[in-house]
Amino acid sequence: MTSTKGPLTPALSPEGRGSVSPKVRIERLSKTFQTNGHEVSVLNDVTLDVREGELVCILGPSGCGKSTLLNIVGGFVPPTSGGVTIDGEPVRGPDPRRVFVFQERGVFPWLTVEGNIGFGLSRVSAAEKARRIAHYVRLVGLEGFETAYPQELSGGMKQRVEVARALAVDPDVLYLDEPFGALDSITRLVMRSELLRIWEAERKTILFVTHDIEESVQLADRIVVLSARPGAIRKIVDVDLAHPRDLSSPRYLALRDSIFEEIGLAHRI
Amino acid sequence: MSTPESLLEPLPSGERKPGSLLTVLLPLSTAALLILAWHVLVVATGSEIFPSPMEVLRGVGELAQKGVLASYIGDSLWRVACGYVIALVLGIPLGLALGWYPAAAAALNPVIQVLRPISALAWIPIAIVLFGVTNLAAIFLIFLASFFPIVVATMNGVRNVPMMYLSAGRNFGLSVPALFARVILPAALPRVLTGLRVALGVAWLVVVAAEMLAVDSGLGYLVIDSRNAGKRYDLVVAAMLLIGLIGLGLNSLVRLIERMRAVRWGFQGS
Repeated sequence: MTSTKGPLTPALSPEGRGSVSPKVRIERLSKTFQTNGHEVSVLNDVTLDVREGELVCILGPSGCGKSTLLNIVGGFVPPTSGGVTIDGEPVRGPDPRRVFVFQERGVFPWLTVEGNIGFGLSRVSAAEKARRIAHYVRLVGLEGFETAYPQELSGGMKQRVEVARALAVDPDVLYLDEPFGALDSITRLVMRSELLRIWEAERKTILFVTHDIEESVQLADRIVVLSARPGAIRKIVDVDLAHPRDLSSPRYLALRDSIFEEIGLAHRI
Repeated sequence: MSTPESLLEPLPSGERKPGSLLTVLLPLSTAALLILAWHVLVVATGSEIFPSPMEVLRGVGELAQKGVLASYIGDSLWRVACGYVIALVLGIPLGLALGWYPAAAAALNPVIQVLRPISALAWIPIAIVLFGVTNLAAIFLIFLASFFPIVVATMNGVRNVPMMYLSAGRNFGLSVPALFARVILPAALPRVLTGLRVALGVAWLVVVAAEMLAVDSGLGYLVIDSRNAGKRYDLVVAAMLLIGLIGLGLNSLVRLIERMRAVRWGFQGS
């Protein structure tokens, strides 16, 4: 079920802000798929609370079900058992108050940068729409590219468009599914610091799925480490480092190494 | 930092700039050579039947003077427009429905796949039984010829819309009609346009044949009438060349639409 009158301004969704109860509550979530007659268990008994304004990374190897987990939380896929509540309200379908950011391929190629960013703003006045588009174009650093089409942009710029498109509807929660996975490693680093800058400016609750250990330690308040399929929570790591993070500090390296060990990888090649 | 970190990537190969003058001069000189060869062959063989390029040009002048040139071209284009627009109005919604509802496709697609390979020309006897030797018969044939390519291209266009676009559309709270208007149709548009271009080409092929049998005006009629009434092969060839040139024009027209920025993303490398 889709909310047809999703609140687009913060004034309409004040509940839960600053309160102690979790923003997102994932309870005993399991998922099995049917393939060729037999059942494949993808997620097994995942329970997790995410606080308002928190940036949580869900980390795991390919095929561990982390994307499925995010798709269930986003309302795109129904769980087999267990459930998700946001602000105490069960998730029954996608909702404009929580926006999913795909890899850069989710940008609509038939719309300009402006058209993409304004896509979710059909219910606000023209003046407000123009104001928000201008604001988010500036926030993600795409001034001068307002009327460009996605095929004229680089991968990193397309990803900025998608993040801006999501932010423009002023959601409470952002779901990012390996958003920087298709970018080159330099652009990826830039985009991480951009994301942190935007997160600090907008203070959204963020669930960020990644298979990149370094990425999770650089970004997250907490890292949820999933096991291989069927995905279950192995460990939750609190990242007690202030931003901006020094990527050569002993504490950063110790945290990173503990996760490498947790996943069973020696960090030597 | 607040400036985009990368410069524009190089243009994809599909957008190579034409070599300006060369792309105009090369085809023109090919055409000039062919016309020269045609002239030399007619003169060298002393053909009584086959007209030289100059005779054909004079034929065109004669048709223009009699006033039939413009009216025949107009008649042919009008028939194509009628049949094609009906095919478009019925074919695009049907294609959208078949692409979106698997049950509709399961029910109708086999029928379409059987009807589609039947040339519109095979329908001529039935068209004449239904509509007599009239404009309607010709329009019906053009409709049949363009309807199936449009339906099939639209259906495939919808089926190939990436899941991600649909998810994003639903995430922003779009209802199904809004999803069609704002996501499915624009995402399918490049494939739909390809179908429209193919359909227009077929419609133009069919109008000539339809006019030979079902009506007494138009370029197809001109071909058959010029031969039957006095073996005027200069007029036959003139009509043939006009058919070719107008066909090229129609094709270029759709190509022009395909170059619009909102759909160009779907034609890269073509």
